[in-house]
Amino acid sequence: MRRIETPIDKNVLKSLRAGDKVLLSGVVYTARDAAHKRLVEALSSGEGLPMDLRNQTIYYVGPAPTKDGAVIGPAGPTTSGRMDMFTPRLLDYGLSAMIGKGKRDQNVIDAMKVNEAVYFAAIGGAAALIAESVKSIEIVAYEDFGTEAIRRLVIEDMPLTVAIDSQGQDYYVVGRQKYLTEMREAIS
Amino acid sequence: MRIIEGSSIIDLVKEMCIEANTCLPDDVKTALSQVVESETFKGARDILEIIQRNAEIAENKNVAMCQDTGMLVAFVEIGQDVHIKGGHIEELINEGVRQGYRDGFLRKSIVSDPIRRENTKDNTPAVIHYKILPGEVFNITVAPKGFGSENMSRLVMLKPSDGLEGVKRTILETIEIAGPNPCPPIVVGVGIGGTFEKAAYMAKKALMRELGSPHQDSFYDDLERQMLCEINALGIGPQGFGGQTTALGIHIEAAPTHIAGLPVAVNIGCHASRHVYRSL
Repeated sequence: MRRIETPIDKNVLKSLRAGDKVLLSGVVYTARDAAHKRLVEALSSGEGLPMDLRNQTIYYVGPAPTKDGAVIGPAGPTTSGRMDMFTPRLLDYGLSAMIGKGKRDQNVIDAMKVNEAVYFAAIGGAAALIAESVKSIEIVAYEDFGTEAIRRLVIEDMPLTVAIDSQGQDYYVVGRQKYLTEMREAIS
Repeated sequence: MRIIEGSSIIDLVKEMCIEANTCLPDDVKTALSQVVESETFKGARDILEIIQRNAEIAENKNVAMCQDTGMLVAFVEIGQDVHIKGGHIEELINEGVRQGYRDGFLRKSIVSDPIRRENTKDNTPAVIHYKILPGEVFNITVAPKGFGSENMSRLVMLKPSDGLEGVKRTILETIEIAGPNPCPPIVVGVGIGGTFEKAAYMAKKALMRELGSPHQDSFYDDLERQMLCEINALGIGPQGFGGQTTALGIHIEAAPTHIAGLPVAVNIGCHASRHVYRSL
């Protein structure tokens, strides 16, 4: 499996194809519903973002509380679609990768193509396993949001699938088609 | 008459909240083992194995299997001859949830108002359904419900003329619209009949049934088997990336309904199908 690092080099990013499996390492920022709303408001108002997210990776997650001795509590992906309305703005600003689960709308896919961004899927519900790839964590913004605060995570070898690549290929469509074709061929 | 001390309810609910979130029920473990064997699509099988490994890690480390430790749904069956001392049952159950979510390092995911959205910080209130039975029983099911799957659920008020085909179409449509979002493989609970709210209640109740257990009514048992095949023929697969295993099971509950109505509620559950049942 291919190992890649954040911030993801543009050429590496462009080479990723829908369905590729990768192990991702480096810094990612967590943000979900509440943080996205505030980030986009900060961009619109001219206030600016609490950190430079250009070429960075956002992970859609609200972790469970951390047990003593652990780095982070269970931390699987939340449904990305809820952040769709905020995403094109962030992609235009310079965000280059997202980690979540579930489908994205056409506006997001179009903005991904224009801005050459990639969308990775982490396995929904594999929260205890995914937490093991998080090596450090610190709250960097919006602490008042509790579980929805923006955290800076350092991850190592987080197993991900390229769900939508920078050319707009969607593995939620392609993967399913591949399976159905395989089934039809097996029957005939 | 039987007296039940409130403190025993608090302790029980606390323990059940933690167990439900950290230990996958045996019927789900069995179902996962079966689909790992039967899944023909390679990438899909890998995903199912990761889901199994995650459940092992969660159980060994005593941590939640999913970060979405859900909104707590409880089904309480109380005998008419039971007297509860030491508090109002709703407060006792909520105190158990409060303690379980605090001491079990579970996420506090509840907002006090759906529009104004201030976190209640203790994962209460729970959604509690009560049923009164004869005698002195006290049974409780604790089921944390994650909202990835809950959000993909749907209720349709069909016309009687839509019939069985309309019901089947509603179920399949709901799952197709949901696609990858509810973290397949899913468990599907269907409520048919009753009133608007009764259908939804039955759909949630249906999710509690043991996977692989037959329906008592052979008509619905056949329908469940048929629907499971049709759902899996959609090819959505584990995490929606294609495969044979879109659903681990589908359970249907039906109830008498009005001559002008055919309510159908489809409650989607994910592979972290969490529920614990205890009797006091």
